[in-house]
Amino acid sequence: MIKLDSKIPEGLVAEKWDNYKAHQNLVNPSNKRKLDIIVVGTGLAGGAAAASFGELGFKVKVFCYQDSPRRAHSIAAQGGINAAKNYPNDGDSIYRLFYDTVKGGDYRAREANVFRLAQVSNDIIDQCVAQGVPFAREYGGLLSNRSFGGAQVSRTFYARGQTGQQLLLGAYGALNRQIHLGTVEMHNRTEMMDIVIVDGKTRGIVTRNLVTGEIKAHFAHAVVLATGGYGNVFFLSTNAMGSNGSAAWKAYKKGAFFANPCFVQIHPTCIPVHGDFQSKLTLMSESLRNDGRIWTPKKKEDAEAIRAGKKKPTDLSEDEKDYYLERRYPAFGNLVPRDVASRAAKERCDSGYGVGTGQAVYLDFKTSIERLGEKVIADRYGNLFQMYEKIVDENPYKTPMMIYPAIHYTMGGTWVDYELQTTIKGLFSTGEANFSDHGANRLGASALMQGLADGYFVIPYTIQNFLADEIHTPRMNPNEVKEFIEAKEAVVAHVNKLMSVNGNRSVDSIHKELGHIMWDYVGMARNKEGLNTAIEKLIALRKEFWKNVKVPGTSEGLNIELEKANRVADFIELGELMARDALHREESCGGHFREEHQTTEGEAMRNDQDFTYVAAWEYKGIDNLPELHKEELKYEAIEVKVRNYK
Amino acid sequence: MDLKLKIWRQKDAKAKGQFELYSLNNITKDSSFLEMMDVLNEQLLSQGIEPVAFDHDCREGICGMCSLFINGRAHGPDTEITTCQLHMRKFKDGETITVEPWRSNGFPIIKDLMVDRTAYDKILQAGGYVSVNTGGVPDANAIPISKEVADEAMDAATCIGCGACVATCKNSSAMLFVSNKVSQLALLPQGKAEASRRAKAMVSKMDELGFGNCTNTGACEVECPKGISISHIARLNREFLMATAKE
Amino acid sequence: MSGFLSSSIGKKFFMSITGLFLVVFLLVHLTANLALLFGPNAFNIVSHFMGTNPLIQIMQPILAAGFIVHIIYATFLTLQNQKARGNDGYAKVVNSHQSSWASKNMYILGSLVLTFLVLHILNFFWKIKVTGSPLLAEVEVNGEAMENAYALVAALFTDQKLGLVYSLVYIFGAIALAFHLTHGFWSAFQTLGMSNDIWRKRWTVLGYLFAFAVGGGFAIIPLFLMLFA
Repeated sequence: MIKLDSKIPEGLVAEKWDNYKAHQNLVNPSNKRKLDIIVVGTGLAGGAAAASFGELGFKVKVFCYQDSPRRAHSIAAQGGINAAKNYPNDGDSIYRLFYDTVKGGDYRAREANVFRLAQVSNDIIDQCVAQGVPFAREYGGLLSNRSFGGAQVSRTFYARGQTGQQLLLGAYGALNRQIHLGTVEMHNRTEMMDIVIVDGKTRGIVTRNLVTGEIKAHFAHAVVLATGGYGNVFFLSTNAMGSNGSAAWKAYKKGAFFANPCFVQIHPTCIPVHGDFQSKLTLMSESLRNDGRIWTPKKKEDAEAIRAGKKKPTDLSEDEKDYYLERRYPAFGNLVPRDVASRAAKERCDSGYGVGTGQAVYLDFKTSIERLGEKVIADRYGNLFQMYEKIVDENPYKTPMMIYPAIHYTMGGTWVDYELQTTIKGLFSTGEANFSDHGANRLGASALMQGLADGYFVIPYTIQNFLADEIHTPRMNPNEVKEFIEAKEAVVAHVNKLMSVNGNRSVDSIHKELGHIMWDYVGMARNKEGLNTAIEKLIALRKEFWKNVKVPGTSEGLNIELEKANRVADFIELGELMARDALHREESCGGHFREEHQTTEGEAMRNDQDFTYVAAWEYKGIDNLPELHKEELKYEAIEVKVRNYK
Repeated sequence: MDLKLKIWRQKDAKAKGQFELYSLNNITKDSSFLEMMDVLNEQLLSQGIEPVAFDHDCREGICGMCSLFINGRAHGPDTEITTCQLHMRKFKDGETITVEPWRSNGFPIIKDLMVDRTAYDKILQAGGYVSVNTGGVPDANAIPISKEVADEAMDAATCIGCGACVATCKNSSAMLFVSNKVSQLALLPQGKAEASRRAKAMVSKMDELGFGNCTNTGACEVECPKGISISHIARLNREFLMATAKE
Repeated sequence: MSGFLSSSIGKKFFMSITGLFLVVFLLVHLTANLALLFGPNAFNIVSHFMGTNPLIQIMQPILAAGFIVHIIYATFLTLQNQKARGNDGYAKVVNSHQSSWASKNMYILGSLVLTFLVLHILNFFWKIKVTGSPLLAEVEVNGEAMENAYALVAALFTDQKLGLVYSLVYIFGAIALAFHLTHGFWSAFQTLGMSNDIWRKRWTVLGYLFAFAVGGGFAIIPLFLMLFA
């Protein structure tokens, strides 16, 4: 068994990053010009990394499947970005941000990484302001903060309900500047199809141009994946339609370990599913829970009457409503962390108290409107209320919103060491694509922080420790080197295979079936029997896919069905790994809830004795079981406790 | 509801396109416009017809990837909304819906309803940023910025780069798009240092890429899914004229 | 500077400057013409002043140049704008109700105004300056001899056969001009960058007031002459 080396630097947790930087290898300016880096993905992590590499003087190639780097799904993040600035003077510190993040992650994140994240969080805010990101400000002209998910301090910086957009546009601007200066070469509408390994090191990728269909190999001294999460395994999620796990999956199949795949975050406040044709779930910002109260009817008859359309939620008197979060968690009430709120909603709906289609609960602003007036509520949430009304055609000022949990973020991802390097040398993974910082559950406003931390302030350092040894490696011609030619041929063969199945099922119909299996058995609550069923069904679905999928048209030119087929094929395999990981993890922690492991009151029960480790899976061939490697998690700066929100 | 769809089909950039008429039945009014298009594509697939290509990604109105000129209007008959958030309840049962791609020299068609908007990237590459490197910047609170200025900059910055302004402008002018970035960065002290250079570089790139000239009709702000005001165009004009005057 | 001339904002700058210059001209021209309402003597005095004042004479070619620049740039911009749509236009376009009809048809309105202008010059300016007319026989006002411009104008609108037609054409010209101004006025300030959310409303209101004052002022003259001269 290979021992995973997480390369955590020596010293106290607060000194590790400084120690690392003080002793790492760097590349001198004249050598930087001779080194090529490929970045896949242009979200916060990828965009920031590519721009920073360009500024340092490396030659960079960037790839994204969208028509512009600005479209990456980081853009959809609404709420904000955390930093330990302590501007409000409310007692925040780097340690506290670190502590909250580890605790929020249910003690399954790597301490050293999270501390570094908290350390660089302040630099991110400075950087973004310097780029012209218009964060919200107070009348005095200084930056405004708000409170967010679970923290006891106000440390979230925001730009209305569009923080992700503004941060991404900042990184995109920095990237544009480098493209203009010629250090970065941008490839839009191009999808990574595989990585290329030469002598044990990642030396490039193979891509497919989504417009022309051209398959091409590209050389680089190192490759950085910044390809986001794999939430679309569930078909319905808050991810963008094109978000996919293929880059991470291809890397996995080439030898990069995949860590904690079963850790998926389910966001409690999304607009509920309303029909089979539905393609996408829309998130309503978590900030709504600051003033909204969540409830279902107390009596089943009322719930049934509402579902049948015989009663309206406004017909119910106060004592006919069950504010179940306030009832179950009096200390945190409606502001319990995401995983807790999501499970509670599911419990109510499964017990027959759901409204709407039966898979929804109410988020009610009546009390707040009475207390603060409609104007204050409109100031705070006007744009969200408007969005809700456009989608659902109901006025949330008059009738309570309906919400239901939805797949939102994947904490799991490619295993990386402290340097964000995967188990394949020269292959790095950043942002949501890696697993490192959020443990089993991510806190609100931390995804943006991690993406930018990795992109601006971590990988530009750590990649040099690798590249310093590569200055004598000459550039390779992908048309001449055997490994590149073979990798390209393999991709062509894979595409031809997808085209040649020529069955009678659309890609979407298979993807929807996959989504149903995942949601039913590997969703919010999991159990041994269900997970075994899921694995069986997923293996069958994989066979069905390769026997019966229909991809029309040709492999040349634009072919959207082909793009989707390539991604769904990977999703099916990834789903199976998620189920296997969920099955092996005999505990409930964070977003992973095993029904066998709960208290009598239905709360999650962690098993620190046996599972305080990162599960890193190694690919052993499609018909063999993956091999589990364990990275033990050691907590030196934090005492591991039971999370309690009562 | 039952619908007739008159959709522009075009094999690739060079091919000649034409409208095709499709019938679609049993669409629920609660589905979004793009979900209706998904259903259409499933139907076409089952009939052995190649699905209609159209751009979309986040489906929550922020990425700016979806486009479509629906029944004569960019992003369809609703206001302050992108196509992905447009719902079928805005249409009548039995209606014929005309769906066309954005039309502009600056946005050549790639296939069917999909257009190439890299012109927008190129305009921003010409100068739509503050020239700072990563690291070595002052503390975020070092320069106070009044709330009004920050809010106005944010108004401009909400642009999603979808191209509706160009699509709807009778002149295919990209001025609203260009003005958003120029205005945002001209307002903020961080961007002021290179405001003149930025305005000139971006306008020059915009002209080069074949967009038309703004005649201040204001159609763009009506169709802008983020409701961005053409007052930002006035600021762009001001910045550009001042920059020229300084020469 | 050459970059400025060829840039879209540069071209529009000249449209605005010449447009605003023509706005000033309209104001002067209307003020002078309104003298018609005060009888032959009043108008003849104003007309004589306009025909002999050295400053006005200097301004005449500049005014003509202003017109020409405005028209040439308008043509150039319009052609460029039409090309920008590409080969295939839209099959269906719904004009959004919030942008005015005039703003989308400035070139048509401008062409109408130009057509009218040619007729207007042939009717009066050409006759006074070049061909002459028996109607212009000298009259004496306040002891000074001058051309009887009033007679020339009055004759046109009171003509037995064509008076009504001319009146209608002139009224129509005034309406086209008014619509042109409803957009042109505020648009000039917008292009010069002298606008924001507050001033835009002010310029628009002012523009409408100006447009209707100018249009109405010019339309009153043929009506007045037809009815009272």
